[in-house]
Amino acid sequence: MEAFLESFLGMDLETVGKILVQMLQTSLVTLQLFFFTLLFSLPLGLVVALGRMSRFKPLQWLIRAYLLVMRGTPLMLQLIFFWFGLKLGKYGFSRMETAIVAFVLNYAAYFAEIYRAGIQGVPQGQREAANVLGFSKSQTFFRIVLPQLVKKILPPMGNEFMTLVKDTSLAQIIAVVEISALASKLQNAEVSIVPVFIAGVFYLIMNAVVSKCFSTAEKKLDYYK
Amino acid sequence: MAESVLSAENICKSFGQNEVLRGISFHVNQGEVLSIIGPSGSGKSTLLRCSTLLEKIDSGRIAYGDLLMAEGEKGGKAQYSAAPVLQQIRRKFGLVFQNFNLFPHFSVLRNITEAQIRVAKRSKEEAESVARELLQKVGLSEKENAYPCELSGGQQQRVAIARALAMDPDVLFFDEPTSALDPELTGEILKVIRGLAEEHMTMVVVTHEMAFARDVSDRVIFMDGGLIVEEGDPREVIENPKSERTKAFLARFHQV
Repeated sequence: MEAFLESFLGMDLETVGKILVQMLQTSLVTLQLFFFTLLFSLPLGLVVALGRMSRFKPLQWLIRAYLLVMRGTPLMLQLIFFWFGLKLGKYGFSRMETAIVAFVLNYAAYFAEIYRAGIQGVPQGQREAANVLGFSKSQTFFRIVLPQLVKKILPPMGNEFMTLVKDTSLAQIIAVVEISALASKLQNAEVSIVPVFIAGVFYLIMNAVVSKCFSTAEKKLDYYK
Repeated sequence: MAESVLSAENICKSFGQNEVLRGISFHVNQGEVLSIIGPSGSGKSTLLRCSTLLEKIDSGRIAYGDLLMAEGEKGGKAQYSAAPVLQQIRRKFGLVFQNFNLFPHFSVLRNITEAQIRVAKRSKEEAESVARELLQKVGLSEKENAYPCELSGGQQQRVAIARALAMDPDVLFFDEPTSALDPELTGEILKVIRGLAEEHMTMVVVTHEMAFARDVSDRVIFMDGGLIVEEGDPREVIENPKSERTKAFLARFHQV
């Protein structure tokens, strides 16, 4: 059995074990990038969405420009721009922190548009009913609009989260060693496809978890229409 | 003379080039039921929306008792009172919408308690006891844990009425409260409003239910083209209209 596996994988199991340990450690980098991006981009996206819907025209135009640039250019180029163009490293940012900044700004743009669609999808009558009952603007937003918005935006948000899992691999362009970068390094060193395969399985598992979280959340909010 | 809850003078309102209200004056007295009838597009709903701060008037004057909502010369721009005054005014009225507009993510009970707790600052216990009392009144006691999507249109509208009543308004506005309902469900809503009228709740009802306007209200206003065409005793206006326009509008009703 062991012999069969070793010949199938093209390397001895001890090496496979070493690779696996190394990759699991590096997966923390990927997870870090994923969670920090969400931590900042989810609230920032909401602020951007509100700015985009502002009646104050200059703000609206500024945000439109931001959305166009962030969504209209590749995230990979944005990463290069922040590291090699703005040289954030000179201001004390690590490569990882620079990657987080670029990811946050990029994903906030996508989230903003999803939030905006959600906010506009909550019927005007809901706001009017709240207004007549005397709710303040912030009460109306946080108690009436936001809960209904969350339900509406879950499916598109699920898409974005899964894309983000895979997009973390782009951070290697500014030499953040995350799981894909390590996989291709090991692929060259070991002359084997096994590390790349392991990386693939890692992404798959992570997205399976993301997907499960979203379907659970959708079920939880199924009690109303 | 009865105390005036709401008085409106010479209200004008346009949407772009479209003049919807062209100088409307009316008042609502304590304890009376006022029906507003008229064809679609005559400005009835806009009048209600202006009275409930959902739309802003261009000119004229609206006041609730001694609280001034807005005032402005014709051709100018009406000045609205400061936000705290407007908030005080919001506590004076309630509004029941054509489409109910219940909060779908709240249970029936929470639909009725939320504003009491957040706006009127009542305790949860007090708010819930008020809500239960009102649910009993509209005949929905057993539905307090249901969600709006589980109710029929008529039941939703009764919850909406309870939600508005919970805030103890001086006057309750109804914007075509039965227009989204079939005739059977219409009856149950009209019964509730009739019950409120018997308790001398002050109400302004925009409606297409002529028989209801005639039998329940103390006064009827007939509107057309942004103006009040006729106003007075409901039997007089509906059975025996003076203006040609009112006669033409009511002809269909009198045929059946």
